[in-house]
Amino acid sequence: MLSKKLAAIDKTRCVACGVCENTCPIGAVKVRRGCYAAVEAERCVGCGKCARLCPVDCIEVKARDEA
Amino acid sequence: MKKAKHWYDYLWVYAIIYFALGFFNILFAWLGMIDFLLPLFLAIFGGNKFFCNHLCGRGQLFSKLGTDLKCSRCKPTPRWMSSKWFRYGFLLFFLTMFGNMVFQTYLVAAGAASLREAIKLFWTFRVPWGWTYTAGTVADWVAQFSFGFYSLMLTSLLLGLIVMVLYKPRTWCSFCPMGTMTQGICKLKNKE
Repeated sequence: MLSKKLAAIDKTRCVACGVCENTCPIGAVKVRRGCYAAVEAERCVGCGKCARLCPVDCIEVKARDEA
Repeated sequence: MKKAKHWYDYLWVYAIIYFALGFFNILFAWLGMIDFLLPLFLAIFGGNKFFCNHLCGRGQLFSKLGTDLKCSRCKPTPRWMSSKWFRYGFLLFFLTMFGNMVFQTYLVAAGAASLREAIKLFWTFRVPWGWTYTAGTVADWVAQFSFGFYSLMLTSLLLGLIVMVLYKPRTWCSFCPMGTMTQGICKLKNKE
């Protein structure tokens, strides 16, 4: 069953540092080819750990239907 | 669910050892070239930021101190700090200072300047560091590069620690010159 919330990444502001990738407890975030991070929507549980530690605040946890 | 640990998750220890060694023998500063060349190598040939994402000991150290030891206020990073202007501006400044350091090394190698056994913090404050080097151990230019490079490394560590305390644990990553450079390379390489 999918969670109600989901992390959404503003890829134009992402610096691809990988903090989100290392923080995500289920490995749902990956840095794509060194350019920006992307969330696997089916796996994300919307816990918000990545958003809390993102140094540029480019991750927002949104309701799944808004993301 | 706990993620499996890898050997590279402990590279924060290497970061501590690197900076500690510089207090005893400045020639160990040359080891820092790994942190300079490896990210570029991985970005150019691998087209990724594996170094930033997994191998950066300094970043891991900021995470350890900021998150695990709660040394960070965890406040939002000011938006200008991650703006393109600031990131690329800081990269340009950093590269200029790096070039200046290489030029100083060249002057010593050419005999036009003498070895200065001191490090410069924040590109301004000269701190005597002579106890870490015995004159004549290696060629003067090798030692000069060590002092210059260690200055650069220590300055960036201190900057990173300051922004770690004030903002988020890895705020340094938002304008780290190596991170900016490797992301730029990856974007060019992957046509993003």
